[in-house]
Amino acid sequence: MLSRFGFAHAAAAAIIAAALGLTGAIGPAAAEGPEVANFSLPNGLEVVVIPDHRTPVVTHMVWYKVGSADETPGKSGLAHFLEHLMFKGTAKNPEGRFSQILATIGGQENAFTTSDYTAYFQRIAKEYLPLVMEFEADRMTGLVLTDANVLPERDVVLEEFNMRVANSPEARIGEQVSAALYLNHPYGRPVIGWRQEIEKLNREDALAFYRRFYTPNNAVLVIAGDVTGAEVKALAEKTYGQVARVAELGPRMRPQEPIPVAVRQLTMADGRVAQPSLQRSYLVPSASTGKPGESEALDILSQVLGAGETSRLYRALVVDQHLATSAGGWYQGTSLDETRFGVFASPLPGVTFAAIESAIDAVIAQVADGGVIPAEIERAKTRLIADAVYAEDNQATMARWYGAALTSGGSVEKVTSWSTRVRAVTAQAVQDAARTWLDKRRSVTGYLVKELPGNQEKRS
Amino acid sequence: MNLSARLGLRRALSGALVVMGVLAAAPLPAAATTIERIVSPSGIVAWLVREPSVPLIALDFAFKGGATQDPVDKAGVATMTAALLDEGAGEIDSKSFHERVEAKAIEISFTATRDYMAGSLRTLTDNQDEAFDLLRLSLTAPRFDTEDVERIRDQIMSGLRRANQSPNELASVRWWATAFAGHPYGRSPRGTLESVPAITAADLRAFTHNVFARDTLKIGIVGNIDAATAGKLIDRVFAGLPAKGKLVPVANAIPQGLGQRIAIDLDVPQSVLMIGGAGILRKDPDFMPSFVLNHVLGGSAFSSRLYKEVREARGLAYSVYSAVMPLDYAALFVSGTATRSDRANQTLEVMEAEIRKLADAGPTEDELTKAKSFLTGSYALRFDTSTKIAEQLVQIQLEDLGIDYIDKRNSLVEAVTLADVKRVAKRLLNANMLITVVGKPQPLPAKGG
Repeated sequence: MLSRFGFAHAAAAAIIAAALGLTGAIGPAAAEGPEVANFSLPNGLEVVVIPDHRTPVVTHMVWYKVGSADETPGKSGLAHFLEHLMFKGTAKNPEGRFSQILATIGGQENAFTTSDYTAYFQRIAKEYLPLVMEFEADRMTGLVLTDANVLPERDVVLEEFNMRVANSPEARIGEQVSAALYLNHPYGRPVIGWRQEIEKLNREDALAFYRRFYTPNNAVLVIAGDVTGAEVKALAEKTYGQVARVAELGPRMRPQEPIPVAVRQLTMADGRVAQPSLQRSYLVPSASTGKPGESEALDILSQVLGAGETSRLYRALVVDQHLATSAGGWYQGTSLDETRFGVFASPLPGVTFAAIESAIDAVIAQVADGGVIPAEIERAKTRLIADAVYAEDNQATMARWYGAALTSGGSVEKVTSWSTRVRAVTAQAVQDAARTWLDKRRSVTGYLVKELPGNQEKRS
Repeated sequence: MNLSARLGLRRALSGALVVMGVLAAAPLPAAATTIERIVSPSGIVAWLVREPSVPLIALDFAFKGGATQDPVDKAGVATMTAALLDEGAGEIDSKSFHERVEAKAIEISFTATRDYMAGSLRTLTDNQDEAFDLLRLSLTAPRFDTEDVERIRDQIMSGLRRANQSPNELASVRWWATAFAGHPYGRSPRGTLESVPAITAADLRAFTHNVFARDTLKIGIVGNIDAATAGKLIDRVFAGLPAKGKLVPVANAIPQGLGQRIAIDLDVPQSVLMIGGAGILRKDPDFMPSFVLNHVLGGSAFSSRLYKEVREARGLAYSVYSAVMPLDYAALFVSGTATRSDRANQTLEVMEAEIRKLADAGPTEDELTKAKSFLTGSYALRFDTSTKIAEQLVQIQLEDLGIDYIDKRNSLVEAVTLADVKRVAKRLLNANMLITVVGKPQPLPAKGG
């Protein structure tokens, strides 16, 4: 494994949360946390400042409210491709200059794309904050692209696709499950894109997409570290404040899902599979689409059902019934539109998917019918709230939580009130969430196998 | 000395930046962070950084002797031990142990590397007593109950079955097995599908008795805690351990099989390449020049020679890297990438050409300046969370660099000269390498072709 050496830099420009299978809730921040500043510039750029004065370093991030779900059909992968191309320079700062400067000052940089947002960041000694703000503001609307740098970068993205998806049976079936779950919403498309569409993306596509979405009124600046709100405000006015709005954007309206009615299953065979696995996704409300308290209840439910060795799925399938080597669940609450609740398991040799699945169904039914016990719900709350405290130790984590929330339909208030809202979740709400949302008709189950069985076993 | 001064953040701006004229050299606030060497009542040494502003404690520690201490025919003992230490200890069974840890959101984890058994603890300050008690039990009285051992064995076997189909894993495992045939480094720390089934609870127990001892223990602790309290907590965990461990001696080694290219056939669209050779030991005066040199070749994310030639100019790969890896008993230089199979040979040629070019001519003065500037400027980023600081405190002790290392480190980087890196380039890179290629590449050209 390359990363074993700890030097396998994900070289440029792209961590795709979805392709990585990042699942758990992106979410908490403490109500008792730092004094967060939040304001907007006249050109519409929203700014969030999270002070942390322990070490003289700063995490500087610009988040755009655009992701793969905002792409035009037929151009899948464009949001992510543009993210790569954002490192190709502007009229004022030709290709390589920004990265050279960061390489010289000892700054770290990267970028990432998901279905809802695209973000760029630098981690630097605080004295260089004005410098990176100037560069980042310049590429907000000043990008220049040529075929000479666009086409090799498309090859890089295709190699990224090979690395993350084509070489990984687990990632491939993940794509299939998402595509089957979302009948109408573009969340069904992989963030990295479908290969045959990535291959055809070009300079014109990228620039058109850029001009449509990259404008200060569609961005959020998040700065965490050894700065104050007042310092950032003055610097932001001098840099980002000078960038003119280049596009007006209406509300982010994507095609929404119909009420799901069919239990769906799919099987994918790959000769490289040495350990079969099962994964199921349910269509559920997100922090943005749910009624008050609904998303928080799903967060608790995912902890009780699926987080770690005390979770019900792990206890039942791995420990008590000896059916699986791993089992768990997750919920991705931070999402602009309806999101996913997932469960998974890897069977022990000789155990059928039918046995695994009926055990999973029984665990879910226990919660839906019998509810959760107080100790479980307390453990889950303690864990989620402690995460918020632990997060305060890490300025980069704090910056990510705010940025993801603010580009996925959330607000600063929603982030700071997170712990309070988690504390308020009742056992009844958790049971209701299981009964309402973990209905098999809302789900797709994927089976990853080495080869297709001659006789398809019955599975539901 | 405060941390910002120690990290050299007040250094002068480089010429290039001044010319651009967009910089304000803001004076830095004093981030008053100091490393204290503390001695617990029972005589255990630890390094402490007090951090009053976050209500948590981060403790990192390590014992010498990781996977190198696995019995010859039982690779995987250290890894399996690490996976089982939180599966029940003392009177507390696995289920209760996990429940108690999770009830207070305590994080306890253990890792086996080739050279060390490392552990870390993170807890809210309010829960420190419970956290340190549970850590003590896991280190001094792990249960290794049959049911838990078998469950963890199943999980490791499942991971090994997956790894046997992973091009990255296969490239790495074969590289190490070839370079260190007959040496403990040649065995995979995860073990194999053959070795893991043979491991018994007695093996795991013997491993903990031999390795968990005070004589090789290194501790770093960061948090809202004073020296006296820290000393007591440390004793609570570690004072009951034996004074001396019983480690099997490990011979020094140099990588073998250099000049070989090994192809492993696997039906994947993208081939994985790993290139490696002899490196420079941490105590060798040439280590720091080798570290700076590597940054120029493939250590930096967006500006290294390999990044520019393999990724940016030719679009051959998404990720390409090189690294220097000083271990306790050997030192390595490694490099690698993953690339479309029909261009794997081209990629390998480009990488070998870059390595050769750097060996012959060394970096330019400008590259050296920028590399040093990056490495000194980014050092502070290793210290911006309590967890990272605790890791650094242990790492510096393991490498025996001295408690003033953080003060000195950037000046050691600055002191590297062009003559140093040119000399070291020949020593490090002008040598045969062992190459493993996993995938379906077109036939490899004859060596040297």
